[in-house]
Amino acid sequence: MGSDGEERAPEFGSMVGELREVYESGRTRDMEWRRSQLRGLVRLLEEKEEDIFDALREDLGKPRGEAFRDEVGVLVKSVKDKLQNLGKWAAPEKVETPLVAFPASAFVVPEPLGVVLIFSCWNLPIGLALEPLSGALAAGNAVVVKPSELAPSTAAFLAANIPKYLDSKVVKVVEGGPEAGETLMEHRWDKVLFTGSGRVGRIIMTKAAKHLTPVALELGSKCPCIVDWLDSQRDSQVAVNRIIGAKWSTCAGQACIAIDYILVEEEFAPILIELLKSTLKTFFAKPGHMARVLNERQFQRLGALLDDPRVASSVVHGGYFDPKTLSIEPTILLNPPLDSDIMTEEIFGPLLPIITVKKIEDSIRFLKSKPKPLAIYAFTTNEKLKRRIIEETSSGSVTFNDAIVQYGLDSIPFGGVGHSGFGQYHGKYSFEMFSHKKAVLKRSFLIEFMFRYPPWDDGKLGMLRHVFRFDYVNLFLALLGLRR
Amino acid sequence: MEAATVAAEAALGQLRASFASGRTRPAAWRAAQLRGVLRMATEMEAEICAALRADLAKPCTEAYVHEISLVKSSCMFALKNLKKWMKPKKVPAGVLTFPSAARIAAEPLGVVLVISAWNYPFLLAIDPIIGAIAAGNAVVLKPSEIAPATSSLLANLLPRFVDGSCVRIVEGGVPETTALLEQKWDKIFYTGNGKVGRIVMNFAAKHLTPVVLELGGKCPVIVDSNVDLHVAAKRIASGKWGCNNGQACISPDFIITTKSFAPKLLDSLKKVLEKFYGKDPLLSADLSRIVNSNHFNRLRRLMDEEMVSDKIVFGGQSDQQELKIAPTLLLDVPLDSAIMKEEIFGPLLPIITVDKIHESFALINSMTKPLAAYIFTKNSRLQHQFERSISAGGMIINDTSVHLTNPHLPFGGVGESGMGAYHGTFSFDAFSHKKAVLARSFGIETKARYPPYTPAKLKILKSVLKGNLVAMIQAVLGCPRGA
Repeated sequence: MGSDGEERAPEFGSMVGELREVYESGRTRDMEWRRSQLRGLVRLLEEKEEDIFDALREDLGKPRGEAFRDEVGVLVKSVKDKLQNLGKWAAPEKVETPLVAFPASAFVVPEPLGVVLIFSCWNLPIGLALEPLSGALAAGNAVVVKPSELAPSTAAFLAANIPKYLDSKVVKVVEGGPEAGETLMEHRWDKVLFTGSGRVGRIIMTKAAKHLTPVALELGSKCPCIVDWLDSQRDSQVAVNRIIGAKWSTCAGQACIAIDYILVEEEFAPILIELLKSTLKTFFAKPGHMARVLNERQFQRLGALLDDPRVASSVVHGGYFDPKTLSIEPTILLNPPLDSDIMTEEIFGPLLPIITVKKIEDSIRFLKSKPKPLAIYAFTTNEKLKRRIIEETSSGSVTFNDAIVQYGLDSIPFGGVGHSGFGQYHGKYSFEMFSHKKAVLKRSFLIEFMFRYPPWDDGKLGMLRHVFRFDYVNLFLALLGLRR
Repeated sequence: MEAATVAAEAALGQLRASFASGRTRPAAWRAAQLRGVLRMATEMEAEICAALRADLAKPCTEAYVHEISLVKSSCMFALKNLKKWMKPKKVPAGVLTFPSAARIAAEPLGVVLVISAWNYPFLLAIDPIIGAIAAGNAVVLKPSEIAPATSSLLANLLPRFVDGSCVRIVEGGVPETTALLEQKWDKIFYTGNGKVGRIVMNFAAKHLTPVVLELGGKCPVIVDSNVDLHVAAKRIASGKWGCNNGQACISPDFIITTKSFAPKLLDSLKKVLEKFYGKDPLLSADLSRIVNSNHFNRLRRLMDEEMVSDKIVFGGQSDQQELKIAPTLLLDVPLDSAIMKEEIFGPLLPIITVDKIHESFALINSMTKPLAAYIFTKNSRLQHQFERSISAGGMIINDTSVHLTNPHLPFGGVGESGMGAYHGTFSFDAFSHKKAVLARSFGIETKARYPPYTPAKLKILKSVLKGNLVAMIQAVLGCPRGA
């Protein structure tokens, strides 16, 4: 970092100072202001849709259909959902108080945390910046968004447009690379959300610890997909459609919730592979329907996964790498060795290993020995297997008979566990991620119980025992007994 | 250090095996442990009181009211709600994934570490364990070595009342705690101060372990003139000196009141203090002592600082031998004195005066966010402003401390006073992972989802996402054709 970092630190210092001042002024608490920001986001997404598609195509070669489905469409729906529910979420919630505290009222009051920082990732550069942003704004915070420099067109798009559609005094976009991120983390924040790798997640949390800044980490993982025997031809086809959709149709497999690898019974594997091959042909007959690999570095990394001759010899489909266009054919591997890199690291690319097991139930034991992933998928109609998967494995989420779609559902929390991170968002969870639930108890002077106070004696202790057993009858009698 | 590491690894290894065996998952096991804790708190009341008296000279009534009974009601609340907490919650699945069913299922995190504090050494050790067990985890407890009698009592009692293969105690000081922190846990729950809180979070970062940090702060009390003064004084005194003689994270740390009201308030406080603790408080059996000579000296330093010692208007007596300090009131100490910059955690109560009561908000907001903030006033507008302008873990209007006894309120800090919360349902949540489970069927296929992408498909997707019913029907019917 050195002198460059020192030059930058004062710069961010004044930005952070400004944001704190604006926040202290109370502007972001106002509900109408929050709604105006959310409406601003919707307008940005709708009016600048073409620009967004262009930026995503430049950064990732992302097809329009994918860009709309995964970034724009789902986001507009989500922000509108927040607009609708904001009043409910922000309202104080009345809770019970024990009778002995009568008269008293207790509330849980959501309040903004203050000034928050959101690190977005390069693979879903719009979605991973704007979904948390919408939550932070709905919750009444001032926000800094740090898009990934690895998706530069999108970063530039956000830097240019967020000030136009949102309150530029309250929402800032900071462009730059890892040094900018590190310098930002030298400051105290009221919350930091980081989406990215576990390696950087550790650095972020370590820096946050200096200031007791609470963090949420959305990290990567190997999301497994269990494929059980599917008797009907139609079901198998639907499953394969959805598997392909969740691998190659989601940023060419470069997504934290993309299917990383498949677990299937050895007798069903050939059937599955054939179906995958034929459907891939239909879906990707023409070029331009799959995103490309992000950059040279990722391209080399993915290529290196096939360096191991045992892995290379397990390729059963595809395997063609075009360094000129940074595209990799949809590639399927059958039983690469479990200790190879492709089976120990998150693939984040269009390579799909298929691992066979003797009985599909064996896949549960297999999963239990692995780090907890962000998502577990299973295509099966066997209710017992489903129950075992839920009860015996652990993951951010579990989806049966589909994949990726859980991302667009506002009613369920999205986030990891163990190695895949902690903290959840989407829907009302986005609001809660950037809120503090303040406990507020209000009492009156009216009724005073003298047994609350010293000097202590056995009589008072006796009455307190009644209180704690919620034994109001005896308490009442005791009180009467002591009244002159 | 080596021995400590070996012990830590052994404890963790054993608990991982126990957890992996599934022992902690069934409701029956969890309920049995909770009943065990309840029995321990009931049958061992005398022993627990004795340990607390040895560690802190804590009066038995305080021990009962603030530690034992809270543990018992926490157990009972968990037992009552366990089945409800464990049951998956159905949530709307939305029209986009129709037909589908969505629910949220709570699952244990695995093996968790609880590090407790010395001032409520029984409560702050057992209360988090109750949450961890209810949520189905295996637990290692590291009690505070600064309360050694309670630490060894817990080490002795817990194995007799709960399942030792899933709940373990590791006693010790810094080397033992460090050795534990170096291991990989599924969650770490720490109660204590901000300095160590940072160290805990730093260790946790290496393993990406989520943490709950219950820390301290300077809990302010605003006292308006529009109050029932005698009741207010009693409640302030009770929350301050009646809580371990001020050694509590939610004790009132300092008071802010108007210059005109201060004399009346002081007068009332003095009367109440004499009534509670007699003319010579150092002889009262109802006052805890200061936990050790380190803290005693720290508090004396705060009182003896130049520009502060002459502001003492009541109390100030201390007994080094007995580690006792009397309830002490100070009036208008300088705001940059140590006593106003650090968390006091003792029986000294500074009163800061302002011209108008509203000035108190700016003063509080110039400090870091406390664990609790209090106001005494009948003026509902002032109450509302207080609630709106001050951020704190929790707040009470017209009382002090008691919010922690309400299991329906989350108890935890914000900013410097901590992160995460517990008590009641929040304890269960603190030690759980809420797993989203979405179940779809093969029934309906939406071709518009898949490549090759065409403008027609895009149009349908757009309309579907906008909630357009016709578009959804089209999508479901497999439009556009031939794609």
